[in-house]
Amino acid sequence: MTDVVLPTTVGRSRRRYPASLLVGAVGLAVIVLLAVLGPVLWGTSAASGSGQLRAGPSAEHWFGTDAQGRDVLARTLVATRLTIVMGVVATALAVGLGGLVGAVLVLSGNRVRWLGARAIDLWLALPPIIVALAITAIFRPGAVTVVVAIGIAFSPQFARLTNNLASSVGGKDFVVTAHLLGVPAPTVLARHIVPNIASPVLVLTSVCLATSIVTMSGLSFIGLGVQPPAIDWGQLLASGLRDIYQNPAGALAPSIAIVLTGLSASLLGDGLVAFSEPRRAQVRSRRADQGSPSATSLTGEEQSAATSAGDDVALHIEDLHVQTANAPEGQMLVGGVSLTVATGEIVGLVGESGSGKSITAMTAAQLLPSELGWRAKALSVAGHPIDPRQAPPSSMALDCGVVFQDPSSCFNPARRLGAQLTETIRVHRKVSRREAERLALDKLREARVSEPERRLRQYPHELSGGMRQRAMIAMALITTPKLLIADEPTTALDVTVQADVLRLIKQINHDHDMGVLLISHDIDVVASMCDRVYVMHQGGILEHLTSAQLRRGEVTQPYTRRLLEASASTALKNTVHVTSTIRGGS
Amino acid sequence: MNAVIDVQGLSATYGFSHRSPRVLDGVSLTVARGRTMGVVGESGSGKSTLAKVIVGTLGAASGTVSIEGADVMKVARSQRRALRRRVQMIPQDPYASLDPRMTIGRTLLEALAPTAARATSHRDRIAELLSMVALEPGAASRLPHEFSGGQRQRVAIARAIAVQPTVLIADEVTSALDASIQFEILELLDRLQDDLGFACLFITHNLGVAARVCDEITVMRHGRVVEQGDISLLAEPADPYTRLLVSSVPDPEGRFLHGPSRYDTAPQS
Repeated sequence: MTDVVLPTTVGRSRRRYPASLLVGAVGLAVIVLLAVLGPVLWGTSAASGSGQLRAGPSAEHWFGTDAQGRDVLARTLVATRLTIVMGVVATALAVGLGGLVGAVLVLSGNRVRWLGARAIDLWLALPPIIVALAITAIFRPGAVTVVVAIGIAFSPQFARLTNNLASSVGGKDFVVTAHLLGVPAPTVLARHIVPNIASPVLVLTSVCLATSIVTMSGLSFIGLGVQPPAIDWGQLLASGLRDIYQNPAGALAPSIAIVLTGLSASLLGDGLVAFSEPRRAQVRSRRADQGSPSATSLTGEEQSAATSAGDDVALHIEDLHVQTANAPEGQMLVGGVSLTVATGEIVGLVGESGSGKSITAMTAAQLLPSELGWRAKALSVAGHPIDPRQAPPSSMALDCGVVFQDPSSCFNPARRLGAQLTETIRVHRKVSRREAERLALDKLREARVSEPERRLRQYPHELSGGMRQRAMIAMALITTPKLLIADEPTTALDVTVQADVLRLIKQINHDHDMGVLLISHDIDVVASMCDRVYVMHQGGILEHLTSAQLRRGEVTQPYTRRLLEASASTALKNTVHVTSTIRGGS
Repeated sequence: MNAVIDVQGLSATYGFSHRSPRVLDGVSLTVARGRTMGVVGESGSGKSTLAKVIVGTLGAASGTVSIEGADVMKVARSQRRALRRRVQMIPQDPYASLDPRMTIGRTLLEALAPTAARATSHRDRIAELLSMVALEPGAASRLPHEFSGGQRQRVAIARAIAVQPTVLIADEVTSALDASIQFEILELLDRLQDDLGFACLFITHNLGVAARVCDEITVMRHGRVVEQGDISLLAEPADPYTRLLVSSVPDPEGRFLHGPSRYDTAPQS
């Protein structure tokens, strides 16, 4: 173990800027420039009347003039400064106030945090515009009042966001480890927590900027905001609307300004979301080599006996390829896999994560995610030939049962077990409710679920992990399928429960003469359970063995040998028994 | 025996009320320098809670934790941080244990100098740590997402040994990894322990993994110690629960399928 391990990828890929980010940033930059230069360039023309009152658009006045003969466009451009300054200050107030409340809650104890979170929920239930209206109505209307009102009205959004994010980041292992290493709490906050919550907060900030400008314009429009002679867009909009019959364009200029600003800020927010999206986990290139040695260890006789197609074949896969569908030269996840499961046989598929074993099984069950495409020389599941261009026959649902790894995520938590167990037969066989329940009870008993009558009326969370996995097996059994596909059925279970569930699968296989495809990463499990075993590696079948060969260690591939050496039973046998004999002997 | 870590009568609860159920109930164990104590049990046995109480992220209801003879809960506040630094933990999930926005070098620097901002002064030590866990020195400038699970676990180990701890707590360090990679990580831990001599508390649900690295073993169930002693006790366990655990480990011959069922022999809980 002195060799140096290299990282899987070299160098960092350059990030591309999303278009919305660029457009939004440029738009806001132009608006800020106008805010700075507007009063300087157009200050005088906005203040001086031309004598033409309420004139319509002309070459001289693009958007006409107002009641005092002043140019509407110039006034809108001049108003940019006050509007933007108020928007930015109000947003900063909301972020500061909300962030402070959120940070205090994160640092305080459990009870205070709970109470604070409920208070924020209550506060959030009130629409910001109502809160702002109430505050401006109580105090004297004016620019400062509006800014403070908007700041307070929008702050709970930030309080909730920072509190939630900081709590979840604060529970992460790297924060706990930093505490163990003796990093002081403020440093942990600045170094680990703030950078990891910054991007969602920034996104909300840009959205808040857009909304606050729109809201403030609304308040000015109804006369609660900026008071003359100061002008902002909302006030211009209000006076434009008063004169709308004389000069319809007068209301247009401030409206366009409000819309463009809101749009730019929102685009910037969207762009930030797209930009800060965590790098998609890079799928390692698992291009299967085409000439992979497959099925080498069985004699021709055994091979033909196993693959002789007919009624006694539960699953037949020939030369299966699965790849990502979006690109023409898509990534190959499974390349050239062939396997068969005869009726009454348990066949194992063993390999490590990313070997393609689950994808092979999900292709057989016709449960591949839509972004994956498959082709094969032949695929027949429980006697039904399957074509990749057509939907699988609905009767396949009755002949093929599936048991998944995680029993807690495979049941709908909001429905009782009885409804979920009987769904398949009620849909596909149209049996009566009573008959379906009787069948479900039978199967729960067969799967050795305790108190089956009560379980039918229980929700999934009321069962222990082992019981839930038994219930899932009962669900797969309810149609008495010809083929059972079990994908890591015991990986999420405790070791003592694992033995029980595996025993159950073996019993079912024996009683119903059912073909079973058992997928596992544990070579001991497949060796003990199966008649034949396929070892998968990097999307191909590396080796095909009878389990007797596997048990005797008659393997040809070094990879399979490594798996055997790394197994728990080998460790127990070697270490414990050797140690005890040495200690006992000395 | 000179115990580096000494836990006596440790009890703990989750929740505010004194009626809350005890997740740890009178757990005692000691580990000497250079030795590895395995803590095995099923989900809910309290083995991860034990780790939390020892490193101090969860308070104990009663009992003592001593590191090199000093009671962690009784020492002065000023010394507690230094004492705590002598106990380090390798978390279970290599994907959650590294800050995604920090380079590997920055992560290791944090361990070496918790308040330092720049890596220049510790560059040699960081390179040394990386070579100790068989990663190349260039890894220091890369981000966690560029590494596989096994490689990240190596970084987490490097971070833990950087402060030269006297106690290392490994909480299910291999359960998120593939079998062949598990092997490499266990070998690495073994080699580092030979070189550095830390005491190791190795928490796992996998008896095979425990048998491979541990000198002694503590079997836990429902927050209590069921059986404790030399690792060889797994060959002939005295307690029926330990016997059930051992006989449930899958073996290629399928003997575990004919063992006693949990629902036949074990008391219902």
